[in-house]
Amino acid sequence: MDGVRFLPAGDTAVVAEFGNEISEAVNRRVAAFAALLAQSGIPGIQETVPTYRSLMIHYDPRVIRYGALLSALSALELPPEDAGAGAEKEVLVIPVLYGGEAGPDICNVAEKNGLTEAEVIALHTGTDYRVYMLGFIPGFTYLGGMDPRLNTPRLATPRVKIPAGSVGIAGMQTGVYPVESPGGWQLIGRTPVAFYDAHRADPILPKAGWYIRFAAVDAAEYARIEAAVAAGTYEVEHLTVKEAAHED
Amino acid sequence: MRIKIIQPGVLTTVQDLGRTGYQQFGVPVSGVCDPFAAKLANILAGNPQDAAVLECTMMGPVIEFLDPGVFAVSGAEVTPVLDGEELLVNTATRAARGQRLSFRVPKAGFRFVIAFAGGINVPQLMGSRATFMKTREGGFCGRKLQAGDTLDIFDVPLPGPDLSRHYGGNGFAAKPLYEIRVVPGPQDDHFTEAGLHTFLNEVYTVTASSDRMGMRLDGPAIEATDGYDIISDGISMGAVQVASGKPIILLADRQTTGGYTKIANVITADFKILAQLKAGDRLRFTAVSMEEAQDAFCREADALDGFARWLSL
Repeated sequence: MDGVRFLPAGDTAVVAEFGNEISEAVNRRVAAFAALLAQSGIPGIQETVPTYRSLMIHYDPRVIRYGALLSALSALELPPEDAGAGAEKEVLVIPVLYGGEAGPDICNVAEKNGLTEAEVIALHTGTDYRVYMLGFIPGFTYLGGMDPRLNTPRLATPRVKIPAGSVGIAGMQTGVYPVESPGGWQLIGRTPVAFYDAHRADPILPKAGWYIRFAAVDAAEYARIEAAVAAGTYEVEHLTVKEAAHED
Repeated sequence: MRIKIIQPGVLTTVQDLGRTGYQQFGVPVSGVCDPFAAKLANILAGNPQDAAVLECTMMGPVIEFLDPGVFAVSGAEVTPVLDGEELLVNTATRAARGQRLSFRVPKAGFRFVIAFAGGINVPQLMGSRATFMKTREGGFCGRKLQAGDTLDIFDVPLPGPDLSRHYGGNGFAAKPLYEIRVVPGPQDDHFTEAGLHTFLNEVYTVTASSDRMGMRLDGPAIEATDGYDIISDGISMGAVQVASGKPIILLADRQTTGGYTKIANVITADFKILAQLKAGDRLRFTAVSMEEAQDAFCREADALDGFARWLSL
């Protein structure tokens, strides 16, 4: 397999590195390799952790040694790089109440970029964001694809407490706080959907390689969804859509 | 059966071998910092090696047995005391109803594990009973133990394991300088030759700002070729991260991914030393081959399995 480096990460993990850039093309190779590996039947693999540009593979050296694992990994053949075009993609539709108390910093984002709040919402909901990876805290998604017209620096003074479900912008990044935490992101809205619920059958909603589409809802709809989430009856809209050819 | 926490000690938490399978979602592994001690104590108590235990830090707890039970202690060189009677680590002991287990301050080491026959019965969360304090989840109410907490232990037939058999291996012993073996990588190529030489030859000291997430070291700065930032990738237990010139060894509560260079990774067989180091302890890193590291890994795992088989004969 070409274009991949295998790096040792201690005696129970190896990193398959596909590049040194944040790009959709590299991230697609990571996802394709993770899927290939899951089907490969290589023994001793315990779990894999995808990131922007690499896949960490945790394994049991009593089942497979480093050298044998590298041979087996090298023998896997990734499909050609453009195989993703025209394929289907998984999209989660996340309802968001923008502005007001739920998104107190939306005015900062609008002002910084010379937009109205309505334009901020239109731009933010107008893209499917690729989940490049999850990390930092349970259920935190690193999303790619935000419109550069929303680029806004972090708050000068971070907040001590940000409620779970807050949707924010930090520089060229956008994302959702899965749990209550401190942070300096510009908050533009809030979703009643729990990205992370340890007691749910699937504790974390999104998977690396999926897409997030934010959909604006009003306060009444937010309250209705919030109640349904609390009652355990809300189902996040999950679409499988045909992809256009990629942009890169 | 049940136990009651009379005094919690400095930091006593319910842990097992960790929450695996959810790292791809950003869920840290947690679990004990000293897996060898947990496995050994469990074997002695007649449990599967991955049963939930108490991980204690420095000042141990005082525990009352509300029902008769069997327990074993492993890890630091510590003296368990049962109603005034001094006991040995790495042996199983029977406790009667109402007896109290306490601990002297460890003579050497930092953490020890108490396994109870049956294993601690707290609800599994994502397949594990480990406590992750940052999100206040798992273990016992997602937190360290407090005075008055009552923990349930799975009932097993007593008398349980053969108490005359104990582990003959050497326990943890204090040293003026600890040798910690590492396998270089994944980002060893981000450091200058001088930086690598510094890392493998200088002495580093454990600082007080260390916790279950990471052990911060003080010592000569390690020179990188082009800064310490990378595009985030995965982090395994024992990774030696260099973020601002000084190394941090990432432990059980580490994040699943991170954006700093990792010069090397401590080998699994030396986690039992690593977990015992405390502020002021001095260490030096030694590079070993992957083959040597994995030989040591397999020897240790085989020895534990062999000991478990021998105990059950």
